Amino acid sequence: MFDVTIIGCGVIGASLAYKLSRYDLNVLILERENDVAMGTTKANSAIVHAGYDPAAGTLMAKLNVDGSAQMEALCQTLDVAYKRIGSLVLAFNDQEQQTLHQLCRNGIANHVPGLQLLSGEEVKALEPNLADNVCAALLAPTAAIVDPWGLCLAEAEVSVRNGVELRLNSGVTGIDDLGDHILVHTVSGSYQTRYLVNCSGTHGHEISAMVGPAEWQATPSRGEYYLLDKTSGSLVQHVIFQCPSDVGKGVLLSPTVHGNLIVGPNAEPVEDMDNCATTLAGLDEVAASSRKSVPAVDLRQSIRNFSGVRAVTSESDFIIRPSAHAPHLLHVCGIKSPGLSAAPAIADYAIDQLQTIGLELREKPSWDGSRKQIRFRGLSQAEKAAVIARDPQYGRVICRCETITEGEIVAAIHSPIPPCSIDGIKRRAGAGMGRCQGGFCGPRVLEILAREMHKDSMDILQDGRGTQLLLGRTKGGANA
Amino acid sequence: MNYDIVIIGGGPAGLAAANAAWEDGCRSICIVERDKELGGILNQCIHNGFGLHYFKEELTGPEYAGRFIEKLSATGVDVRLDAMVLEMTEEKEVHIVSSAGGYEVLQAKAVVLAMGCRERTRGAIAIPGTRPAGVFTAGTAQRYLNIEGYMVGKRVVILGSGDIGLIMARRMTLEGAKVLACVEVMPYSGGLTRNIVQCLNDFDIPLYLSHTITDIQGNGRVERVVVSEVGADRRPIPGTEMTFDCDTVLLSVGLIPENELSRAAGLEMDAHTNGPVVYENMETSLAGVFACGNVLHVHDLVDFVTDESARAGRAAAAYCAGAAHPGSRTLAVSAGNLVGYTVPQRIHMDADFKTATVFFRVRAICGKSRIVVQDETGAQLASFPRERLAPGEMENIRLPKSILDGAVGSVSVIIEEDAT
Amino acid sequence: MTNLICITCPKGCHLCVDEDNGYTVTGHSCPRGEAYGKSELLHPVRTVTSTIKIRNASIPRLPVKTDRPLPKEKLFQCMDLLDALNAVAPVHVGDILASRILDTDVNIVATKTLL
Repeated sequence: MFDVTIIGCGVIGASLAYKLSRYDLNVLILERENDVAMGTTKANSAIVHAGYDPAAGTLMAKLNVDGSAQMEALCQTLDVAYKRIGSLVLAFNDQEQQTLHQLCRNGIANHVPGLQLLSGEEVKALEPNLADNVCAALLAPTAAIVDPWGLCLAEAEVSVRNGVELRLNSGVTGIDDLGDHILVHTVSGSYQTRYLVNCSGTHGHEISAMVGPAEWQATPSRGEYYLLDKTSGSLVQHVIFQCPSDVGKGVLLSPTVHGNLIVGPNAEPVEDMDNCATTLAGLDEVAASSRKSVPAVDLRQSIRNFSGVRAVTSESDFIIRPSAHAPHLLHVCGIKSPGLSAAPAIADYAIDQLQTIGLELREKPSWDGSRKQIRFRGLSQAEKAAVIARDPQYGRVICRCETITEGEIVAAIHSPIPPCSIDGIKRRAGAGMGRCQGGFCGPRVLEILAREMHKDSMDILQDGRGTQLLLGRTKGGANA
Repeated sequence: MNYDIVIIGGGPAGLAAANAAWEDGCRSICIVERDKELGGILNQCIHNGFGLHYFKEELTGPEYAGRFIEKLSATGVDVRLDAMVLEMTEEKEVHIVSSAGGYEVLQAKAVVLAMGCRERTRGAIAIPGTRPAGVFTAGTAQRYLNIEGYMVGKRVVILGSGDIGLIMARRMTLEGAKVLACVEVMPYSGGLTRNIVQCLNDFDIPLYLSHTITDIQGNGRVERVVVSEVGADRRPIPGTEMTFDCDTVLLSVGLIPENELSRAAGLEMDAHTNGPVVYENMETSLAGVFACGNVLHVHDLVDFVTDESARAGRAAAAYCAGAAHPGSRTLAVSAGNLVGYTVPQRIHMDADFKTATVFFRVRAICGKSRIVVQDETGAQLASFPRERLAPGEMENIRLPKSILDGAVGSVSVIIEEDAT
Repeated sequence: MTNLICITCPKGCHLCVDEDNGYTVTGHSCPRGEAYGKSELLHPVRTVTSTIKIRNASIPRLPVKTDRPLPKEKLFQCMDLLDALNAVAPVHVGDILASRILDTDVNIVATKTLL
């Protein structure tokens, strides 16, 4: 019997597991994919919003500002890349200037620190590559950029290290509320739990519908992105937003913690929650909109395009409340933007809710919530020499674009949540994230994965289930 | 550790530079190679067609590399394998790491950049669709197939008609895969004509010119692609869609010189070649730093890489031997009508050479034409007739110094098409 | 008259072969091209390059080629033959791995030294 079972190991499920792992509880995470961070967590803008945007008084507003305030220390504890670079919302005309004033007032009501309205000259002094017709901007100095899948992985790894059980490839197929406990059925087996938390992202309504009539409707919205080479990484120094308007929020441009430039997203309704395709029209829209803010953006520097689906629902606010049909099922759903920013605070709020419905918490006598990773590229010359002397695998650079060593890849493979795919290594160690997109290092990463995991190379996946990379052997066999 | 010459990269360019520098008397040379063996990408290019100019015979890639490796083994050139260069400073300190040697700083008098190039990826050309497994750059697929012995697919569509893509069409077919189509966005092929014949036509693989992939579908693995015709603006024309059921997409959509080290060292770069700006002796804007091969501009024929790199190696040896600096009187060479770029971009006019070889590519298919070299006054300095010029085939002209001496200002290379 | 593109070198000359006049070739720029034009219509041949399995080497496949061109219609038979061929390191470039294959005077040779 588990005390708490969490459905979904995106950044929300992982944040909750991480915070629960300090208590004396049996916690289980059920994840339908073959790795954590496989949904919206790996496909979003990677921004920690300051919190001026959500309407004052909403849960979103409170949790955004609280989450943003926790993020820096959390990332430091977990050794996750985070940079507070501030954000700018641009105004191109008088009407948009009015919007900036409204956003600023809303932000002050939300207790967002340090908001500042800038003139056209002031903002262009900060960001010389902005369009000439930018006439004002709202500066939010607490906005930041973060590694979203890195955060999710770190929280999940530390949770597992502290006794949380993680079952991958365990999509939930049914829920029986048996009164004193809940029976959760998955493709990998059934589990008994006292409390169940629905952190299943864009699929939240499906879990909800397993215990009774629909409690909300899902209206998923897809956003497409360009990721540009590091040569474009310093085109802007802040997160650059446009004014939200009737026709949409406009696209943002931002440096990423990995040194690239991210450009996007648009917003388009999709039927299928898992439809992460990009489209010609969508990418064109992103391209045109981004040039409005920064005319010099060079999309030929693109190294990857991707899209993510927002867990938008018929309710405007986050949905964090017990199910109307199963009192020990807590929904943590509808977590669209600013969900990443709010994640640590969402976890706190969810834990409060669990206590309200009867969960008792007792802190473990000892709990280590921190994690450390060796990132070869960031070391000094002396540190590099020392780490290679300790372990020669750190002297073999596998990913040339990002300078990721065999030592880092092997460490990722033997981490608390071992990856089973080349992209799993990418998310953990960064190999294949660069401009050649794994063209050079892919075959080498595959070889290391197969060797360390004692697997046949043919069984190593590119990413999720079914992403078979190699379809056979030449000459009808493995060897002579 | 001190060397006269440190050569970054042990592919065909690095090998030719090392051998030439040794022949010219330099006795302190080190090649730093990131792979486990010398030879670079030639090791996976197991097809033949290499060496017709240089060896006057047709060799496979491994044979071609093997001859230079064998030659090198008779010299005293140091080779660091499995070693990665992290940085080259303006002072010509080459910082390398390896499992065997840890972190080392090689102090060079001269550096030859021979890092080669990388392939353009799906992300660089923004092909819409889902992101299933089964989309490979042709070179990555070539490595899996030829070195590791894996089939990356059974039913294949190739995007781009670059030589690697064409060669892979034949390789995959011979190994039992079905290559359904080769799709090229331009109205002409990017590869050598003979490869169209022997890699596509021989196996009845259709080539769709002025077409591109407009959608990749499939969740786990590629399931199908949509191919559309494109207009003159290279945008898809609605209503022209064709669907191919396939499990694999190979991309042969261009190569990009790998110049992260060059940029970090502050070398002047050419926006058209994506390589450093060089003089006729392959010297870059930083004295004593030379560049050659695909890091400088993307070649179609390894024989030209060999020639160019030998020139760089000899120049590096001369630099180390304390040869007089070729002086500051330079002549700029630029690309004019229908010419995409030139290499070199500059010529030391006081240097000791009889002819300067200028390489370039045209930007469009040209029929019977003349390659004309003119100076700033428009005066024609030289003219070279050609039956046909194509962007997929690098051209070169040899310009006698005597002609260049008479130039007023800079010179440009232009194409004048004969009236038909 | 048949129009061909010569594949003997990267130049890719456009050849014209006159079957009715003793397979006279025009459009070539070297003797190899002339020979190719004639041979391509009379008995087309191709060099096969591929790999075979190898044991005890640093890599699992050894690159090989036919040491001279093979009749084109025997290409896939040659591939089948290579499927069944095994090598054991050390192998040196030029080593003959199968001789006089498919009733021809063509041999399969290694194109790489694997020790």
